Amino acid sequence: MIVVMPTVQLMILPLAADYEVKNINLAVVDRDRSPYSQKLISTITSSGYFRLVAYDDAYDQSYKRIERDDADLLLEVPDEFEREIVRSGTAKLFVAVNAINGTKANLGGAYLNSIIQRYNRELQVSLSDAGRFPPAPSVTLTSSNWFNVHLNYRLFMVPGILSILVTMIGGFLSALNIVKEKEIGTIEQINVTPIRKHHFILGKLIPFWVLGNVVFSVGMLISWLMYGIVPAGNLALLYSFIGVYLLCVLGLGLLVSTFCETQQQAMFVMFFFMMIFILMSGLFTSTDGMPDWAKAMTQANPVYYLVEVMRMVVLKGSTFADITRHLLVVASLAVGLNALAVFNYRKTS
Amino acid sequence: MKRFVTFLRKEFAHVLRDRKTLLILFGMPVVQILIFGFALTNEVSNARIAVVDQSNDNTTRRLIGRLDASRYFEVAQTISDPQQMVKPFRSGDAKLVIVFPAQFEQQLAHDNSVEVQVIADASDPNVATTLTNYVNAVLLDFQQELSPTAAPISIRTEMRMLYNPQLKGVHNFVPGVMALVLMLVCVMMTAVSIVREKETGTMEILLVSPFQPMMVMVSKAIPYLLLSIINVTFILLLSVFVLGLPINGSITLLMAESILFIITCLTVGIFISVKTSSQQVAMLISLMGMMLPTILFSGFMFPIENMPVPLQLISNIVPAKWYYIIVKSVMIKGLGFSDIWKETLILAGITIFMMALSLKNFKIRLA
Repeated sequence: MIVVMPTVQLMILPLAADYEVKNINLAVVDRDRSPYSQKLISTITSSGYFRLVAYDDAYDQSYKRIERDDADLLLEVPDEFEREIVRSGTAKLFVAVNAINGTKANLGGAYLNSIIQRYNRELQVSLSDAGRFPPAPSVTLTSSNWFNVHLNYRLFMVPGILSILVTMIGGFLSALNIVKEKEIGTIEQINVTPIRKHHFILGKLIPFWVLGNVVFSVGMLISWLMYGIVPAGNLALLYSFIGVYLLCVLGLGLLVSTFCETQQQAMFVMFFFMMIFILMSGLFTSTDGMPDWAKAMTQANPVYYLVEVMRMVVLKGSTFADITRHLLVVASLAVGLNALAVFNYRKTS
Repeated sequence: MKRFVTFLRKEFAHVLRDRKTLLILFGMPVVQILIFGFALTNEVSNARIAVVDQSNDNTTRRLIGRLDASRYFEVAQTISDPQQMVKPFRSGDAKLVIVFPAQFEQQLAHDNSVEVQVIADASDPNVATTLTNYVNAVLLDFQQELSPTAAPISIRTEMRMLYNPQLKGVHNFVPGVMALVLMLVCVMMTAVSIVREKETGTMEILLVSPFQPMMVMVSKAIPYLLLSIINVTFILLLSVFVLGLPINGSITLLMAESILFIITCLTVGIFISVKTSSQQVAMLISLMGMMLPTILFSGFMFPIENMPVPLQLISNIVPAKWYYIIVKSVMIKGLGFSDIWKETLILAGITIFMMALSLKNFKIRLA
């Protein structure tokens, strides 16, 4: 079960996690219906980003489509569009965007804008005399994407999701461990033995540490088999970081375990921490946009370091020098948490 | 009826006695809303970039100054040697590198056209695309300034953002968080309840009592129903007063739909509880098995239409997806019941189905 669930999740979830914005539904209200407006609309639809869902006569009709979620964007071409361009050289267009999903709205709006500008330039070129040099100064951009040339979102998500799965398994299982003994009652027997506290905690730590590594290896295997992700960096480096990281997460689990009396409580407390750590780790949303207090919190968040290291080593081939800081922070967190767990565990209640 | 009330009182006592869990039950949604509201954003800003300026003249310095001044970018380093470009990417110090060619100003003056190279760290594809777009916008702005009158044709687009003019992430996130928190809390709590009785051995007592299985399940669900309603109220209050989220539709409709969703989640939890035999397994399934799928398939993190078709079909069985649509429609778009009757029906259907399954699987013998 412990191995099957993460495996299945790792196989399915990255397929679902795709932030790429495509197939944006566009409704058009064309009051001009002139060759210029038709050309504009066909330029937009041929770009591949948009799907023309409606070609309406009135604004209200189109707006209803946005209400019903049939359309994400609405483009209105005013009447006399072509005439205005020919006469005065300027014209206006109106776009309404369903901005509930900020990213989609942003990107959809940006795509539409750039297509309209491209149309603008084409119009310019066709209407003016094309000389050897462009009539107006132009600063153009050539862009290239490194480390993920095809902009494949999976390459980004799979290492991230793997980190989350390893974290969850390590964290929850270790949290439940000592508490289960407390609940069942076998903790009494352990307490009367002469075993030292730190030996006891170590004994609890090691099997889960091995388990965590196994889960991680299975995950890496699946990423390779199913998604074709081969770490660009050093595999040994990755494993050593995971080793330290697991100690940290297990330490947290054990610490929580020493505080709670029932498994349910341990589960909840652990869940609470996990949620916060995972959400603020930069897996789903970028950490750059966070306010300063949130950024300060991420510095103490082990999951943040794991997600970063996974992405850096697997996708970019970062070296030991690049992740030294991450290693040090996670190592000190691990030592701290485990020490607290040992300290907090009382053989006599 | 009196027996039922007694039973209910016992369940309430169980729940209220556990202070730590109660704390987390109420504290978690609050913390999540705060995190989502203030810390998480899909917007990309203050992205660190590096610049390779091979011409170092007035124009390039102006452009770099512009980029630094914009709130989207922060010029973190200037690299002198193009061969060293990989380093800031590897160490995570830059998300984008801009290369200005040598003799930038001269080229612009003579040929009227010059090319700037942008290299993006595409390990996060969306950030890369967004940042590249932003750089493009800055360059275009600059271009316009150079010759405001020379462009013979200009089409101006007026863009209006509906429902969320400031593009605040909260409008998308809060409904999603509501769905997520309610689902997880309700499922987890009820999933553990019946199994715990099995594990600690008190199930025997329940089984020999004259109680029908239906009563047992309902009485376990009701305390959590009440708690979750309080939770929803908290979340709504927080979103409105702290995050400034509007409630454009009818509050009664919103609460009614929330109650329906809570009941749906409770029945899912009861079903898990009936089928499993140890608390650990029940908890693992409800937490690990439900958390990531709910986050992903409800549609609030990632758009469902991007997913491959089989996954889109799977997302139809996740109740959170329907609730998310309902909350968005009622709270943010301000629509009425006539627009969401389909989703409501689906939720009701899932509830009845799960309830029936649980009843059928409730073993009245211990073995």
